[in-house]
Amino acid sequence: MGPSAEIQLIAVVVAVACALPGVFLVLQRMAMMSDAISHAILPGIVVAFFLTGDLGSPLLILGAAVTGLLTVALVELLRKTGLLGEDAAIGIVFPALFSVGVLLIARYAGDIHLDIDAVLLGELAFAPFNRFTIGGMDLGPNALVVMGVILALNVLLLTLFYKELKIVTFDAPLAAALGFAPGVVVYGLMGMVSVTAVGAFDAVGSILVVALMVAPPAAAWLWTERLSVMIGLSAAFGVASALGGYQVAHALDASIAGSMAGMAGVIFVVSFLAAPGQGLVPQFLRRRAQREAFGCTMLIIHLLHHEGLENAAEECSVRHLEDDLRWEHAFASVAVRTAVGEGLVQRDGDALALTRGGRAEAHRRLVVT
Amino acid sequence: MAWAARSNPRPLPNKDAIEMTEQPDMTPDVIDVRDLTVAYREKPVLWDIDLRVPSGVLMAVVGPNGAGKTTFLKAILGLVRPAAGSVRIHGEPYRRVRSRVAYVPQRGSVDWDFPTSVLDVVTMGLYGRLGWIRRPGRRERELALRALDQVGMESFADRQIAQLSGGQQQRVFLARALVQDADVYFMDEPFQGVDATTEKAIVELLQELRERGKTVLVVHHDLQTVPEYFDHALLLNVRRIAAGRVEDVFTEENLRLTYGGRVSFARAAVKA
Amino acid sequence: MLQELLTDYTLRTVALGAGLLGLVSGALGAFAVLRRQALLGDAISHAALPGIALAFLLTGSKAPLVLVVGAALAGWLGAALITSVTERTKVTYDSALGIMLSVFFGIGLVLLTYIQRMPAANQAGLDSFLFGQAAALVARDVQTIGLLGALVLLLLAIFWKEFKLLSFDAEFAGTLGFPVARLDHLLTGLLVVAIVIGLQTVGVVLMSAMIVAPGAAARQWTNRLGTMVLLAGLIGALSGVGGAVVSARAANVPTGPAIVLLVSSIVAVSLLFAPVRGLVWRRLREWREGRALRVDAVLVDLYAMASQHESTGHPHSRRALDVMSETSASTRKTLRLLRVLGLARKVDREHWALTDDGVERARRVMERQFGGSA
Repeated sequence: MGPSAEIQLIAVVVAVACALPGVFLVLQRMAMMSDAISHAILPGIVVAFFLTGDLGSPLLILGAAVTGLLTVALVELLRKTGLLGEDAAIGIVFPALFSVGVLLIARYAGDIHLDIDAVLLGELAFAPFNRFTIGGMDLGPNALVVMGVILALNVLLLTLFYKELKIVTFDAPLAAALGFAPGVVVYGLMGMVSVTAVGAFDAVGSILVVALMVAPPAAAWLWTERLSVMIGLSAAFGVASALGGYQVAHALDASIAGSMAGMAGVIFVVSFLAAPGQGLVPQFLRRRAQREAFGCTMLIIHLLHHEGLENAAEECSVRHLEDDLRWEHAFASVAVRTAVGEGLVQRDGDALALTRGGRAEAHRRLVVT
Repeated sequence: MAWAARSNPRPLPNKDAIEMTEQPDMTPDVIDVRDLTVAYREKPVLWDIDLRVPSGVLMAVVGPNGAGKTTFLKAILGLVRPAAGSVRIHGEPYRRVRSRVAYVPQRGSVDWDFPTSVLDVVTMGLYGRLGWIRRPGRRERELALRALDQVGMESFADRQIAQLSGGQQQRVFLARALVQDADVYFMDEPFQGVDATTEKAIVELLQELRERGKTVLVVHHDLQTVPEYFDHALLLNVRRIAAGRVEDVFTEENLRLTYGGRVSFARAAVKA
Repeated sequence: MLQELLTDYTLRTVALGAGLLGLVSGALGAFAVLRRQALLGDAISHAALPGIALAFLLTGSKAPLVLVVGAALAGWLGAALITSVTERTKVTYDSALGIMLSVFFGIGLVLLTYIQRMPAANQAGLDSFLFGQAAALVARDVQTIGLLGALVLLLLAIFWKEFKLLSFDAEFAGTLGFPVARLDHLLTGLLVVAIVIGLQTVGVVLMSAMIVAPGAAARQWTNRLGTMVLLAGLIGALSGVGGAVVSARAANVPTGPAIVLLVSSIVAVSLLFAPVRGLVWRRLREWREGRALRVDAVLVDLYAMASQHESTGHPHSRRALDVMSETSASTRKTLRLLRVLGLARKVDREHWALTDDGVERARRVMERQFGGSA
């Protein structure tokens, strides 16, 4: 396998590993925790690195996971004082922890191979040079092995606790009543996020972790309401961001991680525009179609309300629709045309009247709405 | 038959008819809502509402949750854009009579931990009159204090708003509306979660406003107290079910139409 | 140190720049904190990066004003997209923030690496926007910060009343005829400017702290908006100057983290020790109130037992009090306190009686509790 194929494979594995916990972050309205955790794990990594002197040590992952959970706990602690909003708590905790990490690196690790650029931005292009070997046997790039294990772990946890995650996400009070301890599940999820983030930072940097955890699941959410479909789509969008991003980076000779984030953004924007149901374009088209039906319904109900009243003649006229009901001319004519076309309304010059069918239809729609 | 009557464009101008049509024009309705329809993402929230409210009336707006009561007030105040229909206050569109209208939003709609004082909140009622950039001065302070006095909260003027009870917060909001010195008042659930003292104070205030010829529309939740506190009522459930004098409107049939299947609840309210 | 600040030209420039940006971001950040938009600052600062890169690519200039304008446009676009996505789809605010933040940043990174690999492009200095490089601030940068900062603060002062109303009750502002949407855009725009003028000093990653922390700290010390904004500005300025000085004096301490850690410590101190709201004061108050409650309870118990005798000073055993006490805790400590306060006296090892003062206070407590019926 050439380096280029290896890089793409790593990117794909990272993308899928991030998408899985990301789905639940997005659904639980905790997307910004990925930003907080991916930054705040820095001091944990640095301290573990000082202890082991080895950037590939599994202790780094442990240190980062502990710091990630510490971040969550600190945010929760600050929020519980009632003196700060949750957003302010997040916005204070993670820059502080990140600063501690930067400071530790700057003061004590100036000449060791660990710099902030790498943590924040990652450098996927170098990943294939760092090999994972056991007894002289080359098992592939280190990043691939680490992320492969993390991906497998995420898949395993997700399969085992799918039901618990689902119920805590959609109905936390019910979950508590059923004895599922939402707090434990949420901390477990945050643990997953931390471990995934630390595994990924080496390859793609912490900001991209946020992009891959949030953008594909949010885009997937625009296409579907079903959790299982959303998970599958998120993973697919993640893979597409990884592969598409690599191509763009290759063409521009620019940062791979950045291009992947950009590609994830492109997928989100396309979904934002085109997803049926939620997308802007379908929303616009549907609104236009509904406007006709809506205008027709409004017209017949209006006529129903006013027929037989003393001012009926005035109320039930085309001019009245525009002058007093403030319907735009186009809207009024579409409504009248649709209603007349469907045989619900009779038009006599400017005067409008319900047909018998129209009266029945107006009564029916009144009940439905 | 009905159709025949309608095809006749306008009744012939005999003397009686002139009197009948002139009468309402002499004392025009303060609030005149015609065919108001509001839709949220194409789903109708309010359907073709007509309402005319004469001057000097205390009117309760009643209906179940999700009936569109708050939306109705917001549509009148131009906070929600209607899909169709028109709203006139004193015969004018709302934006031209803003200074004659006051609004009391739901208490829960703001963050009461906001760093500001009771007096400050009440003074906000005068911001519209002050216009851009000009700061409130001594005159505004005095007006605000007087409004606070009217709701029995003058001694709380310098309190931070977080230190108030629910009822006190509500009274501060009422004072903010009073300081606007309007003729028409819109209040959204002012009785929600307040203590007995505040409830009594609000009722007295409403009556005082009526005596001064003001028109007040109040979104109200408690059916039992409607006949006691209000003289007019609008029964609303997406559509207008009925509107008019409480004794005419509060029938079992109307309440059943408004509240759907919860007949016993409605019946209890009629008896009360 | 003060002398150094006055005489060392470089340090003076850096400290002035950092102080100014702290002042402006603190004041605007106070509004962001109150409007629950604390994390918007984070998103805006990240979203500004591609704007900086594009401004350089298009103009070839590294003039601070050019870069700041690029950053501001991109930051404002990010903020507008966040609003648009949240309003039009089911995607929530937090996800929209996360997406804009990371995607814009990613695109910025692509552009920066692209610029780096361009032949003969003098891109040096653009990197400083990532992590901030206060030491590289020159007089021209400080002038830009000062000019834009003054403009932001001036607009904040002019529209003070409107912004206050918008932040407290936007809907009510709408009924009064204020154009709420436009005011909201203006205030967000000022926040964007406050953020981008700080990027070069503090960096994209840490800028959010400069928005959130001063406001969050200031809120604890006051209940007035004006005081809060002023205080937030001061805390921001102090942290800026302090961080710059520490970073200049100590070896290997970057400015950004120094400023952020300083301002975070101020938050911690404020949360703990600010009068009234501070946690320590709150605990103390709770403890005092709890103690007063226990004292009153024992007094009333003693009084109740004694009133079955002719003399209210009749002694009773501590065990009997323990039985009567609703809490399981021993009454011993409370009794000792009563003696210190002169409300009760110890008759012998086990027996206690009320003093006259104690009887008096017990009566008052009971009046308060039972409306005088006792």
